[in-house]
Amino acid sequence: MKYAYYPGCSLRGTGRAYEESLLAVFQALEIDLQELEDWNCCGATTYMSVDELTSYALAARNLALAERDHMNVVAPCAACYLVLNKTQRYMHDYPDIKLVVSRALAAIGLHYDDHVQVRHPLDILLHEVGLKAIAAKVKTPLKGLQVAPYYGCQIVRPYATFDDQRNPTSMDRLLEACGAKIVHYPLKTRCCGGSQKGTLPEIGLELIRHLLTEAQNNGADVIATVCPLCQFNLECFQKEAGNHNHPISMPVLYFTQLMALALGASGEAIGLQRSLIPIEPLLARKEIAYA
Amino acid sequence: MELKRTVKFEADRDPEFARWISHTVGGERIRHCLQCGLCSGSCPLSLYMDYTPRRLMHLSREGFKEEVLSSSSIWLCTACYACMVECPKKINITHLMYALKQRAIEERFYPKRFPIPVMAQQFSRMVRGSGRITESWLIVRVFLRTAIWRLLGMSGLGLRLFRAGRMTLKPEKIERRAEIISMLDSVAATRKELAL
Ligand code: SF4
Ligand code: SF4
Repeated sequence: MKYAYYPGCSLRGTGRAYEESLLAVFQALEIDLQELEDWNCCGATTYMSVDELTSYALAARNLALAERDHMNVVAPCAACYLVLNKTQRYMHDYPDIKLVVSRALAAIGLHYDDHVQVRHPLDILLHEVGLKAIAAKVKTPLKGLQVAPYYGCQIVRPYATFDDQRNPTSMDRLLEACGAKIVHYPLKTRCCGGSQKGTLPEIGLELIRHLLTEAQNNGADVIATVCPLCQFNLECFQKEAGNHNHPISMPVLYFTQLMALALGASGEAIGLQRSLIPIEPLLARKEIAYA
Repeated sequence: MELKRTVKFEADRDPEFARWISHTVGGERIRHCLQCGLCSGSCPLSLYMDYTPRRLMHLSREGFKEEVLSSSSIWLCTACYACMVECPKKINITHLMYALKQRAIEERFYPKRFPIPVMAQQFSRMVRGSGRITESWLIVRVFLRTAIWRLLGMSGLGLRLFRAGRMTLKPEKIERRAEIISMLDSVAATRKELAL
């Protein structure tokens, strides 16, 4: 298996540990990733609100590059995953959009014929590798670790077909295959507020607080995320979100970090040291002796 | 005492706006809205909104332009797509929220120094220049233009992220930056030609 890897801007910044751990997991499972040559920003959620047509063209440059190289794309960031899929969908449904985008691609010597699949790592790990193969490679089972699986919005909604849109379970199953215990977490697809914490801070904080408290109340030791923005929101504002009577301190890791630990990666290689709320004491308490 | 009429006459509505929303991408089915309220019920932000998504759909298709474009709802929407999954008529609510946001930005329906349009504008400028986003600089640029004091409040967090290697001041750039400019120019030209 070989895929074009589309990191997106966040995985080169605040989400670095996502990239590090994703590469470790894919390497352990022998899936080849080749970084998409000269990829550009997909436009994310933000560009859409100023100028949609342009944002489709930007996203399409990446699709066209992947098509030129005859590869399907892996997009770990939720926003990138959504935008790339949405662009395909809209080019297909709206002839005007297709025309604008095709001309923009032609201006730089590219074209796009709708031959690329954009997939999320959850999908590939579950459906291409499979739980059995993963369980067989586990070296350090995450025994006794209670995980709240947090999917957020844009992975399963509105286009993904690899999981249920209301109650996704792909991450639950992958982490269970690594020996973790999944706690009941009904808010698993509730929005974290996205960039709201920066733009309308009080409201952003309330959404974050709600998600954290729910995980705490349901006995989670750690929250697992699939999106750099969710991870950032849930990890970085815990002090503000808690208060004197209800302090909150809960590690928030990428699901790939947990998987990589189970598959034998060292903490350093997958960016554990980049966490603001360290998970090492918890792992020691649970006697999970990772590499 | 200031006396004001609180109910609109039909003649106050803006038929152009109603036409626009049902012809915009994603608005094709807005006339089928049942007003069932599933969108508002599933929206995590509706409890903060002045007009919930259900009401916004109705107000827009009836042409209540002022109310819709000055509503807080279009800025509160995080594009989480919860409403779209539930809508029995498959109305592209999230996309319409984007369309309304764009229109509100074009017609300047927002308070001065309001961070959301500033963020969108700085984001697009950075993409035009570098082809990629460097998060640290984006945050700095937005706060410089909206709320400088919050930069100070954020500096503690910034430092910790910096130390963890999660913030860098080195700008990310693509190799063939000229391609981005060519594409943006091409989009602008086609849009003009086809009046999109
Ligand atoms: S869920 Fe759909 S049909 Fe129901 S009120 Fe909302 S937009 Fe209208
Ligand atoms: S996409 Fe916007 S309107 Fe729809 S549920 Fe999410 S926040 Fe609410």
